[in-house]
Amino acid sequence: MRYAMAIDTKKCVGCGDCVVACQTENNVPHGYCRDWIVENVAGTYPNVEIELRSERCNHCDNSPCVRCCPTGASHIVEGGIVMVTADKCIGCGACIQSCPYDARYSHPDGYVDKCTFCKHRVDNGQLPACVEVCPTKCLYFGDLDDPNSDVSKALQHRKWKVLAPEAGTKPQLYFLT
Amino acid sequence: MTTRRDFIKISTAGTGAAALGLSVLNWNGVGKAFAGKDSEPVSDTELKRYPTYCEVCFWKCAGWTYVDKEGNIKKILGNEEDPHCNGRLCPRGTGGVGMYNDEDRLKTPLIREEKDGKQVFREASWEEALEYTAKRLKEVAKEHGPECVALFNHGSGGKYFGTLLKAFGSENIAAPSFAQCRGPRETGWIATFGEAVGSPEPTDIRDTKCLVLIGSHIGENMHNGQVQEMSEAIDRGATIITVDPRLSTAASKSKYWLPIKPATDIALLLAWIHVLIYEERYNKEYVEKYTFGFDLLKEHVKDMTPEWAYGITTIEPSVIRKTAREMADAAPAIIVHPGRHVTWYGDDTQRTRAIAIINALLGSWGSRGGFYLKEKVHLAHQKIPPFPKPKRTWRDAFPGQYELASLALSSGICDATIPTDDRDCSFKAWIVSGTNLPLTLPNMQHTIDAMSHLDFMVVIDTMPMEVTGYADVVFPECTYLERYDNIRTSPHREPYLALRMPAVEPKYNTKPAWWIAKQLAEKLGLGEYFPYDDITEQLDWQLKQVGSSLEEMQRIGVKKFDRQDGALYFKKGEELEFNTPSGKIELWSNEMAAENFDPIPVYTPHPEPEEGFYRLIYGRAPMHTFSRTANNHNLWDLKKENAVWVNPKVAKLWNFNNGDLVWLKNQDGIVSSFPIKVRITERIRWDSVYMVHGFGHSKKALSRAYGHGANDSELITKVMIDPVMGGTGMRGNFVTFLQEDPGKEAES
Repeated sequence: MRYAMAIDTKKCVGCGDCVVACQTENNVPHGYCRDWIVENVAGTYPNVEIELRSERCNHCDNSPCVRCCPTGASHIVEGGIVMVTADKCIGCGACIQSCPYDARYSHPDGYVDKCTFCKHRVDNGQLPACVEVCPTKCLYFGDLDDPNSDVSKALQHRKWKVLAPEAGTKPQLYFLT
Repeated sequence: MTTRRDFIKISTAGTGAAALGLSVLNWNGVGKAFAGKDSEPVSDTELKRYPTYCEVCFWKCAGWTYVDKEGNIKKILGNEEDPHCNGRLCPRGTGGVGMYNDEDRLKTPLIREEKDGKQVFREASWEEALEYTAKRLKEVAKEHGPECVALFNHGSGGKYFGTLLKAFGSENIAAPSFAQCRGPRETGWIATFGEAVGSPEPTDIRDTKCLVLIGSHIGENMHNGQVQEMSEAIDRGATIITVDPRLSTAASKSKYWLPIKPATDIALLLAWIHVLIYEERYNKEYVEKYTFGFDLLKEHVKDMTPEWAYGITTIEPSVIRKTAREMADAAPAIIVHPGRHVTWYGDDTQRTRAIAIINALLGSWGSRGGFYLKEKVHLAHQKIPPFPKPKRTWRDAFPGQYELASLALSSGICDATIPTDDRDCSFKAWIVSGTNLPLTLPNMQHTIDAMSHLDFMVVIDTMPMEVTGYADVVFPECTYLERYDNIRTSPHREPYLALRMPAVEPKYNTKPAWWIAKQLAEKLGLGEYFPYDDITEQLDWQLKQVGSSLEEMQRIGVKKFDRQDGALYFKKGEELEFNTPSGKIELWSNEMAAENFDPIPVYTPHPEPEEGFYRLIYGRAPMHTFSRTANNHNLWDLKKENAVWVNPKVAKLWNFNNGDLVWLKNQDGIVSSFPIKVRITERIRWDSVYMVHGFGHSKKALSRAYGHGANDSELITKVMIDPVMGGTGMRGNFVTFLQEDPGKEAES
């Protein structure tokens, strides 16, 4: 089993609903976020293009955050989800420094926090909160080992890219372009 | 101008609220919003859910409010049965919980009083505030007549105050959603098709082959169902054509983006009509059978070629032709979107008419993939006495003007509140429910002047918005998550009902609008117009008339009914009568001609900015609604302030760097109260700047929103009135930049 997410940049309108839904689902404190929106503008008026994308932890196969964690708080669970055990985390921030996606933040309660792919929901057969709420349905989630999962199907039919492939992290967020 | 009405600050501390409010805080407690490390996310099965429909914007998506065992609202999710949202709320609906949790909320009734020579607000009990309001309203009625009282409203609560006002003897019920927003569209549509577009717009985007957006930025306006259907259209490969001087989000997803020179849209529309007619690409059968005035239209646009329009719009003739042909190829599954906020240049009814005409030529009105025939459930109303006939209405303030306006003009009532020699009666009292007039009407200072002339003003709101500072009495309304309201009956492809019920008890000393209106009615001796002790009695009675019940709706939230009015689209060759003077779709409008307006739209040039000035274009951000959500903590987290978009060429002239703070000064010398950050972007033309509306709040009681960004409403001092229906065109203002602090003192 390998959980992954595909983000359709052609449909994302950058509304930020994924960010609020994550905030209310996961008790993310105000002023922090586990997911966020990036807008890239290219070209010169009037030949301009925008790419909008919803970003979060890439749940990398080769996770620098897990490798550098001195206490083992950052770890990988079944399905490839990168998790942080808050009780084991000493808040040293090494993982924050190592992440090429800037996906982690220091929670005011003294530990490092980030996207869990809503593991508590996925374990119950539900979708991550961001996927469930997205008005444009631009987020696809599922098991890459299952060819019939939403994410597998999205990747079969579309061109995609990953972010910072040069970092060698084998990220599991795929951006449909 | 002397003011009898000093702006009063509402303290953020709300000291008295605790004393008055604790009695109603029973099981829900004060929000323990985010618990931190020990608080794992709670499984949905451990939460109790209550149906609601959203009040953060007018789309009114139905959803569920999830509450934990301690009575904290945890989250709000969409109702899957609801066609407005299909189970997916937008960021504002998801973040609606921030409205409930906002610690800056109005917490208890307030009464203006003079203390040590200074006007201040005093906290009051409901009984005292209601009694005082009734007394003051009676005084105004006695001295000037009840028709000198006006209601401004937005949102669900306004209905109850509308009933109250009509019972009191006034029909002056205005909503900025008409003259400041979609009024020209409804007027133009009525003149053409004999009916208004309405809300939600019956655009059949789900099945369209071509969607044309003219300054309409779906995706930045989160009109939820439309955003969802546009996303499906992208998936299906439908053609999207966007006309906008700015690369909007929708423009970036379009096959064609026409970066039009601002204020020239009518020229483009006429050229499109020219191509459709002279290349014979219009829907001949539909036009022949259903429309009136085709030959006059054909003659009218004879010389309005794409080459003619190119010189005006800067859109190349080949692009105008190509897009017109794509539209024709898709017809009748084509939507030239009527837009929503369409009060731009004062000829807005005419521009909307041109849009309606193109839809008629392509046969999209009443066709699959064009516009569907909407239907709603008509709920019965309990019998109440007839309303008294007022001696005069708002129309009497404007003899012979705006005859085609189908609703009262907020801006007109505002104007007619300032006494003039030629008017024998001005408005003397305002009831303001859920609309922050200084940031909603153009020309903020003018609105403030009008309010200073009032004998009495009462404001009902959930937040200490700017408008509350000018009130004599402030009634704190509870949020939509804490109250019942009328059943939602808005039309759709199939008729639906949706229920809003409280998920928690009202926080602080706040009350629902129905209760406030009913109490006031009783104190005014008008209690019989509210024939129930509790609103639930009326809701249950209404629901039972249509075979449902309050109990059923509390369980399911949304109920679908069968269509009664026939098919979703016109049948081919069906005989139809439209509600126009000719009984046909009027390409040449008899109604407009009768009022001495152009029966077919014409292009008129509009003023352009002088050197060093840029046209001020404003719009929406998907995570905020108007000026009402800037303080919502969840939404503030997403967007705290607006920025002024500046083309890199312009930025170079001014030596701007991204994030520089500037003050904006308009053509009339008005300077923004607060500075705004520069955003240098290729997404905007060099003759225009752009900013999102709704920021730059001047009230410190809005502790997060205060002073963040700039307020476009104070810069919109030039208003181009639509002579047809009184709409306030607001896109004719030009601004320049001040890089030094002008030292202007901001309010409060």
